[in-house]
Amino acid sequence: MSAVISIHPEHELANQQVKSNEPRIRQERGQREVFCGLTGIIWLHRKIQDAFFLVVGSRTCAHLIQSAAGVMIFAEPRFGTAIIDDRDLSGIADANEELDRVVGQLLKRRKDIKTLFLVGSCPSEVIKLDLSRAAQRLNTQFNPHVKVLNYSGSGIETTFTQGEDACLSSIVESLPQHSHTQDSKQSTHTKKLLIVGTLADVVEDQMQRIFKDMGLANVEFFPGRNSQNSPTIDHNTVYLLAQPFLADTAKRIEDKGARRLAAPFPLGAQGTQAWFKAAAQEFNIDEVVFEKAIYAPRQRAQIAIAKYKKFLEQKKIFFFPDSQLEIPLARFLSQELGMTLTEVGVPYVHRQHLAQELEMLPNNTMIVEGQHVELQLDRCEQAKPDLVVCGLGLANPLEAKGYTTKWSIELVFTPIQGFDQAGDLAELFSRPLIRKEKIAA
Amino acid sequence: MQLTLWTYEGPPHIGAMRVATSMKDVHYVLHAPQGDTYADLLFTMIERLQKRPPVTYTTFQARDLGGDTAQLFIDAVLQANERFKPNAILVGASCTAELIQDDPGGLALGLKLSTPVIPLELPAYQRKENWGSSETFYHLVRQLNRHHSTDLQVDHKLPETSLQKKPSCNILGPTALGFRHRDDVTEISKLLNDLGIAVNVIAPMHASVEDIKRIPMADFNVVLYPETALTTATWLEREFKQPFTKTIPIGHKGTLAFMREVLSLANQSVDESMIDDLAKRSRASWYAASVDSTYLTNKRVFIFGDATHAIAAARVASEEMGFLVVGLGTYSREFGREIREAAKLYGVTPLITDDYLEVEDQISELHPELILGTQMERHVAKRHGIPCAVISAPMHVQDFPARYAPQMGFEGANVLFDTWVHPLMMGLEEHLLGMFREDFEFNDTAPSHLAGGKLKDKELAEVSTPESTPALPNPVESKPEIALTQTLSGEQKVNDMIQFWTHEAELELKKIPFFVRGKAKRNTEKFAKETGVVEITVETLYDAKAHFSR
Repeated sequence: MSAVISIHPEHELANQQVKSNEPRIRQERGQREVFCGLTGIIWLHRKIQDAFFLVVGSRTCAHLIQSAAGVMIFAEPRFGTAIIDDRDLSGIADANEELDRVVGQLLKRRKDIKTLFLVGSCPSEVIKLDLSRAAQRLNTQFNPHVKVLNYSGSGIETTFTQGEDACLSSIVESLPQHSHTQDSKQSTHTKKLLIVGTLADVVEDQMQRIFKDMGLANVEFFPGRNSQNSPTIDHNTVYLLAQPFLADTAKRIEDKGARRLAAPFPLGAQGTQAWFKAAAQEFNIDEVVFEKAIYAPRQRAQIAIAKYKKFLEQKKIFFFPDSQLEIPLARFLSQELGMTLTEVGVPYVHRQHLAQELEMLPNNTMIVEGQHVELQLDRCEQAKPDLVVCGLGLANPLEAKGYTTKWSIELVFTPIQGFDQAGDLAELFSRPLIRKEKIAA
Repeated sequence: MQLTLWTYEGPPHIGAMRVATSMKDVHYVLHAPQGDTYADLLFTMIERLQKRPPVTYTTFQARDLGGDTAQLFIDAVLQANERFKPNAILVGASCTAELIQDDPGGLALGLKLSTPVIPLELPAYQRKENWGSSETFYHLVRQLNRHHSTDLQVDHKLPETSLQKKPSCNILGPTALGFRHRDDVTEISKLLNDLGIAVNVIAPMHASVEDIKRIPMADFNVVLYPETALTTATWLEREFKQPFTKTIPIGHKGTLAFMREVLSLANQSVDESMIDDLAKRSRASWYAASVDSTYLTNKRVFIFGDATHAIAAARVASEEMGFLVVGLGTYSREFGREIREAAKLYGVTPLITDDYLEVEDQISELHPELILGTQMERHVAKRHGIPCAVISAPMHVQDFPARYAPQMGFEGANVLFDTWVHPLMMGLEEHLLGMFREDFEFNDTAPSHLAGGKLKDKELAEVSTPESTPALPNPVESKPEIALTQTLSGEQKVNDMIQFWTHEAELELKKIPFFVRGKAKRNTEKFAKETGVVEITVETLYDAKAHFSR
């Protein structure tokens, strides 16, 4: 196992990591108790405020999003479903014409929409409804007023957070190409840092302040709060991933000439420090300046985390797969809170993006990629964990059996990244344990 | 293809899950892609069930599509049968699996398991949740009683000898994720017991496969929720000569009528004194009769929900509460005929739709004083500042209260009285507001449980700038981008003359309590338009009041 991570060419590093970590990651196949990529719309439509997400799918898709969101909608939401019906399937109606009609109806009603995502679903994939052609066709009609993009959030293609990956990837693909030679006027000459992955607005603002204190003014966040200000990505761009589930987006960004800074993810004090450090090294920030910039927030994070250590230390935790955040979370909980990892279930492990994270996990950590929910429940029963991180379908049944659980979806819907959220993150895991103690008979 | 922003009902396989989950020992193997497992959370989170729904999903992914998804399904059936040892297996496909045409029914039957296999064909691109639960229940009952109906048809006479002393019935229709089904079943079982009628089987809720097989042994069926049980009850009537109840025991009068119907189906004479005694359990009819309730007379109520609850609510609203039904609608298209008949009784045009925006349009047009609807109408009501009570699914975590709160039977009547009347302003309160409009505590910005203060801006804005597009009532919750065409009232669009309010008339209008001010303003403008008045004065306001008074 390679102990040192140095700056190698990307592919070399990747090969090394795959080899050294392979034995620790077990593959499993069976029933997967996870959301599909459509679920990402719940946070994406809030983040990108002038976009509308139109799922081309079935009543199941519509029902999934409204149920998973767990909320009733206020007025009109910025997402909807074009529900395919029998007429579309039997060929009585032309599905493409129908889609154009629905989009026309929607855009007439919602003049505020600047970007329309056509989101593919399981049924649209299976009937091979070509949404990229539909997007092209609709763009000729509605551009420049509305930009029409497409991606797949289908369960057959994507698991939960991969929906965000597919969405961001479609945005990157739509960005104008800034070629070094042909378009030198628009090409940026100063090196620029791009932060990739949806973060809560408050987290972005905190990070932006720290970057500023480090002396980095040229930092952009993607996706932006508004689809109109898309970043420029070219060979002068270096980027940091803020989320561990952005495989395709990263690839597209690199296709445009940008380079990824290898780093752990900004969860917990240590993860966040290492994440900022990667940027500091890339931009040759003076060590003293860097220390000064992160000193106070790191201090706050450490104090906040320490408060919860007594509740979590040496407690056994078991992760069911959900968001791909499991590995960074497990690293944080073992490294900074002293928890014992019994099993870390992950829907998919991106070995390259998670190389640093995997290195920081205890050597014997059992990582299971994929899922066979029944077998996993059996293992959970054997492991007798103090805390189980799982989805909403499993949480109450496990509670009823006497386990203490933490809903994993909350980890996606809550600001948890960065120094000032590290304490909140520890609290999220402590709360179920504290509560159980408090209301115990 | 239809644009849908929100849906009252899920797809039909959710209906099948509701049946399977409510039962004791069946398992549902669903051919479905990854992600369809979201449905589990409806039961474990909304209903807080302590067990996972008995459902195995194949959760196929793209890589499986190139391979053998049929084998994946077969493996899932075998594993589920082995692990859960169910007494019957339901098999079917969700929307996506329907497209790949693996024929789950044929595959599962081909395994020749000793466990009975019930194939479900639930066309996901035509049908919805309630239809799915009805169809599932029907196939389950039919298949498990197939042998009875052919070979052992005489056997169902057996109960008549063994249970001769006491007539018996089944309670059909309650499922998981049903609106107060849990408590209705308790209430109605108790009522039947009090009437001297044995409850043979309750299904699908709490039923086992053996229970389903005992259904034909009862004398008749009580159908609580036609959405789930009508098809089954109709079949049982044909096959086993079991008649079934048509009355829904919702409200005091509904419960009385139900008792009489049950006694007649049981061939029992009606003991009036016993009925009177049982009816004393309901305080609702006295509460409605008490003078404190006179203010409820002809309150304008708008009703929307599943057909059974909406129709029953309209009857209770009109005949027991003394409200005026101004709108009645349902999302249950299967019961369009029933809702149309009910609407005739109240002289209203029925609204049959699953588009909540259409429902909202009608609400803003009718300006009701109370809304009885689903959780979606509750949100609409909040936006419009109208009191509301929830009477029907789709389910929300609040619709599973910790306390006992049936909708049916005499206790149900009590619950209805409380939950419908409490959101309204009380009679005396309303009088005082009318009398002392200038009391500073009654002004528009004073705190109110009806959230009326928020209406002020809208009403005033509309008065001072009559041609402007009305803003949405509640700026906090609604998005400004939806300056909806729908809130533009029809009159304003077609009106070619520009009406305006005199300053005095505006001030007079402001004295009207906020919760009726919108109606007063609309009526006055309507009256002015009809009579060709352009300048709205205090006189016009009172002329209109006289014109519209009932």
